Amino acid sequence: MIHIAVQKALHGVYADMMLDVDFKVKAGEFIALTGQSGSGKSTLLRILAGLEEAQGEINVSGESWLNKEKQLPPQKRRIGFVFQDYALFENMNVLQNLLFIADDKTLALRLLEITGLSEFTKRYPNTLSGGQKQRVSICRAMMRKPSLLLLDEPLSALDPLMRAKLQTEILMLHREFGTTTIMVSHDPSEIFKLASRVLVLENGKLIQDGDVKNILLKTNGSQKFSFSAELLEIKKVDAIFVATLAIGQQLVEVVLSQNEAKNLNVGELVKLSTKAFQPILRS
Amino acid sequence: MFTTLLEMDFSPFVLSFKLASITVIILFIVALPLAWYLSQTKSKLKPFLEAITALPLVLPPSVLGFYILVALSQNSPLGSFFKDTFDISLVFNFSGLVIASCFYSLPFMVQPLQSGFESINKNMLEASYIGGKSKIETVFRVALPNIKPALLTALIVTFAHTVGEFGVVLMVGGSIPGETKVASVAIYEMVEVLDYKAAHIYSAIMLILSFIVLLSVYIFNAKHNRKFGFTK
Repeated sequence: MIHIAVQKALHGVYADMMLDVDFKVKAGEFIALTGQSGSGKSTLLRILAGLEEAQGEINVSGESWLNKEKQLPPQKRRIGFVFQDYALFENMNVLQNLLFIADDKTLALRLLEITGLSEFTKRYPNTLSGGQKQRVSICRAMMRKPSLLLLDEPLSALDPLMRAKLQTEILMLHREFGTTTIMVSHDPSEIFKLASRVLVLENGKLIQDGDVKNILLKTNGSQKFSFSAELLEIKKVDAIFVATLAIGQQLVEVVLSQNEAKNLNVGELVKLSTKAFQPILRS
Repeated sequence: MFTTLLEMDFSPFVLSFKLASITVIILFIVALPLAWYLSQTKSKLKPFLEAITALPLVLPPSVLGFYILVALSQNSPLGSFFKDTFDISLVFNFSGLVIASCFYSLPFMVQPLQSGFESINKNMLEASYIGGKSKIETVFRVALPNIKPALLTALIVTFAHTVGEFGVVLMVGGSIPGETKVASVAIYEMVEVLDYKAAHIYSAIMLILSFIVLLSVYIFNAKHNRKFGFTK
């Protein structure tokens, strides 16, 4: 059981705010931490790792990492941390990157095998692709057999295909080692695949905490599709209005009524929904 | 020509290189923690320390030499302490030269190391701390190996700059043959006594050596950048 109750004053992008969270994590849980950028997610992760100072308490299965009297340095916390930009040791090859953290060749080779990197042990980071680098970084984070694994948007710099592959690998590692994990992510499909619990952070406060489906499935029970979209353009074509929307990476055109066209503004974030009676799914 | 070369006294060169080697070793030990501290700190003291470190770049060597002379002479507390305790005089001898050179070449060691350390991805250092490694281990096994061009620049340029110093050496060391008469001072004296032949030979050697040293630094850095995919 991990108990986290920390406070820290943050100088946000828009305004100063107070990061103030209090939650418990069960051993072996996989938590997704989500919320808008600037809401304090990365800072919370860095506080957990001991890279930033904060007030409050962090208690990891009976061991205090942070309390009124002391703040354990990162070196003394058993943490695994995966940075968005990989942060591999450029002067060491793949295997050396892992062995630098812990001199355990059996574990290193096992981790590289799970992530399909067995053939790359002698390669240097600058000769690897982004996906390979992030795999090495994840393996490296596991070398200390961490009691808490922290992933800071680990896959956001990768293309969708690579992301899907790495999600599967992260899941395999989580099943094999059962490491308690907190991952910052913006991607609902990623959260759905990996996490068993979601925390939503807004302006430094936890506004939602619970089951993935309950929080992410926005159309619970209504048999509707609903998408967040950005309104890019409204065009008048003969008697009707056609709107161009961006849903994630995809552009779609929909027909608008005159009233809708009048009330919506280009550049707005809108919700696009439709009945979900006869969907066609193709692979 | 060859007989002239063979008959020439090259002890000033030997002295210059000995001085430069010792200076590089001492300065590396002193400058490494300083450069690391400056690269990592957010303290308000940083600009003051940086300005003090850079002073030898802009001060006339005579000013620097004068203050060192005052600080080390037997009338000063430091100088009299060394005289009374160890019976060592710190001026007009080789140890005085070493002290003066360390001050004079300090920025050439600190600045490349500092900017090297500053260019390192902070996350890489944090990954090492999170992996349980102390700051010292991180400096030697992660930071320094990742700034090899900066490290080489610091060592070589400090060496070359110490070989090339003149004013400070003359003020603090004078020109005692075999003790404080380094190559640059020797050239000055050759010109003074109108021995242009010797001055030519000495100067040419200095010019060629300096060029080779700088060229090899630039070639190494270009190769290193290509190997590690840096584009500058």
